Amino acid sequence: MSKDGSSDFFTTRLEDMVNWARKHSLFPLPFGTSCCGIELMSTLASGYDMARFGAEVVRFSPRQSDLLIVAGIVNLKMAPVLRNIYDQMADPKWVISMGACASSGGIFNVYSVTQGIDTVIPVDVYVPGCPPAPEGLLNALLRLKDMIARGETHSQRRERALKESQA
Amino acid sequence: MNIQNPVPTLYGDWKEKFSLQWSAIISDLKAKFPDALESILLPETHPVDIPTLFLKKEYAMEVLRHLKDAQGLGFLTDYTASDEGEEKRFHLIVHLMSVETKVRLRLKIRLGENETMPTLIPIWEGANWAEREIFDMFGIRFEGHPDLRRILMDVRWEGHPLRKDYPLRGYQVFLTPEPIDPELFK
Amino acid sequence: MSQENSKNFRTDAPLDVTSWGFPATYDVSLKKDSDDIFEDSKVLVNIGPTHPAMHGAFRCMARLNGEVIEKSFCEFGYTHRAKEKLGENRTYHQFVVYTDRLNYCSALANNVAYAMSVERLMGIEVPERAVWIRMMCAELARIIDHLICIGINAVDLGAFSYFLYGYHQREKAYTLIEKLCGARLTTSYTRIGGLMADAPEGWERELKEWIKETRQVIEEMDSLLTENRIWLKRTKGVAIFNKEDCLKYSYTGPNARAAGLDIDLRRDQPCMFYDKMEFDVPVAQTGDVFDRYYVRVEEIKQSLNILTQCADRIKKGPIWAEDKRTRIPEKERVYNTMEGLIHHFKFFMTGFDVPAGEAYTPFEAANGELGFYIISKGGPSAHRMRIRSPSFWHYQGLDPMIQGEYIADLVAALGSINVIAGELDR
Repeated sequence: MSKDGSSDFFTTRLEDMVNWARKHSLFPLPFGTSCCGIELMSTLASGYDMARFGAEVVRFSPRQSDLLIVAGIVNLKMAPVLRNIYDQMADPKWVISMGACASSGGIFNVYSVTQGIDTVIPVDVYVPGCPPAPEGLLNALLRLKDMIARGETHSQRRERALKESQA
Repeated sequence: MNIQNPVPTLYGDWKEKFSLQWSAIISDLKAKFPDALESILLPETHPVDIPTLFLKKEYAMEVLRHLKDAQGLGFLTDYTASDEGEEKRFHLIVHLMSVETKVRLRLKIRLGENETMPTLIPIWEGANWAEREIFDMFGIRFEGHPDLRRILMDVRWEGHPLRKDYPLRGYQVFLTPEPIDPELFK
Repeated sequence: MSQENSKNFRTDAPLDVTSWGFPATYDVSLKKDSDDIFEDSKVLVNIGPTHPAMHGAFRCMARLNGEVIEKSFCEFGYTHRAKEKLGENRTYHQFVVYTDRLNYCSALANNVAYAMSVERLMGIEVPERAVWIRMMCAELARIIDHLICIGINAVDLGAFSYFLYGYHQREKAYTLIEKLCGARLTTSYTRIGGLMADAPEGWERELKEWIKETRQVIEEMDSLLTENRIWLKRTKGVAIFNKEDCLKYSYTGPNARAAGLDIDLRRDQPCMFYDKMEFDVPVAQTGDVFDRYYVRVEEIKQSLNILTQCADRIKKGPIWAEDKRTRIPEKERVYNTMEGLIHHFKFFMTGFDVPAGEAYTPFEAANGELGFYIISKGGPSAHRMRIRSPSFWHYQGLDPMIQGEYIADLVAALGSINVIAGELDR
């Protein structure tokens, strides 16, 4: 590309181009169940403003969203519901596990709580904290964008593996 | 030091404030239902904050109805149970309050392992979910309850988590969401 | 353009709607959809457990006739975290963190209620400064809880910007809370027999500034929404829950006061220094969504008054009770002396014993009467830790409340009773 803006051509791989586009158009689905849901609201509200990172269009339908933010406890009664929602999302899809409860069960090692949602669905980024501060979630979002650009997320790896097996 | 030590910033001395009302209620109950009370724990002699009356199960409904209608203890603050591990295993615990005078009273009913309890819904409709919770957590059944399902746990759950013999980490995994009984909508 | 032609334009159309054949006032009988072809067609609707209108994880299944709810079932338990069981397995000190996660919108008030209940069982009196700080915590928590409740209620009915006003102020309150204890949401600020740390120098001054700002914001929010015609249409006369119903279903707190059931433990059964405070208890009469909203707005104003009085009267002093059992050893002693280290180890590993006894300690939290009923058999952990959470009883009343209402009003009703999942499921 020339300096005056008139374009000639530039070279890139199609996959990189697609990933670049994908990482800037995340549609989060807030799966807020408990305390972390309030911090997720903080992140979306005016103080922290997740819109700055291109992920403000919150969609409550799994069909319309590609980033599942699991904010809060997922107990054994909720786990099949979470799995259903993940299955309903269209590929490629990403998952952020926000908070200690979702990531590992946290301080609730009891009969009713899943010990981490990675026993139910694949997770790309874990955010520690109980609940994490909004900065933590924003950092996770940036990390996820890097991972998408490099094609390292579960969903993209699954896609690649599928293509290779078909080839 | 224990609960009998009144602390001014923690509600102060309820003994001083309510003892007249409490003794009036208790003597009234003794006169009306001479056989209903098993034992009485008073704050003066026992480490309890409010009088705790042990009721016989057979008289429970009558006594509670009387307390609500005649004594003004019309507010069901709490309804729960505890696993005591005695010969009669469970205690059902009812906390009552009077909206006008704010006098509080605790009633307990001893229940054996497989005993049932008549439902309190005719007296307080709000007892409905409390009873479902007691059933869910302790496995105590209530006669005449219209909808005695599990409330917090999955309907397929086995065992009752708040019993002392249920392990803290007794996970039970289900791969499908909780089924809904279509009968509910009829 | 001639005069006659202009009559066809809407500007000259009759302002009186009745001339077009519609009834002048809203007719309740229209709710029944009497000549609807869908009459007697029953539709089953499932909302939740992950529906945006159900804040948190609840589920409501309803049988609809047209758009009117005939019968509904509310389900919950999707965030059950076994806090009552944990209360029997953790020491009294360890349980403080679990109380944060009850009503996470106002964690500070839960901390205060729990600390009070254990102290009452042990007969410990905390020093004056700690009591003042606890009162400020409880009121601060009440304000931010109500801000989130009315904000979300408005969001559900379409007023998004209203929510941002309140949330902005909540963020500022977070800064104050961070200065107290370092955490934003789950504070674990109170300890049994004292506080985690003293309020920093000049905290009262910052609090007063915040109070001043919040007063303005509340006025602004009030003028933005309270007389808005759309808001009034969506909330007035919707989901009425009257005084008798409140008594039947054991409603407490602002939801009960909205229906004319005049109970407020801060006034009727004062603990801490509430008897020295001057404040009013707002009570409404109808018990509809609007009343529940407006009682909360007024309560915020009263809480701001209490906060100002507390900030004026607080004095310097110790924050820990003179009781060796519950006193966490000072870090200086722990790091420098053997006895201190052993004391520290014993305190955190085995905990302290609470004398046998039982007590039900109520507290007027943001949502209503939050009670901890603890049966102690003398050990370092409770025999039974019952949490009487207001949301449990409030959510139970939702089924009768929404009977015969439109499905769209379910959202308004649910938002107005402010059910918090953590407190509901425990």
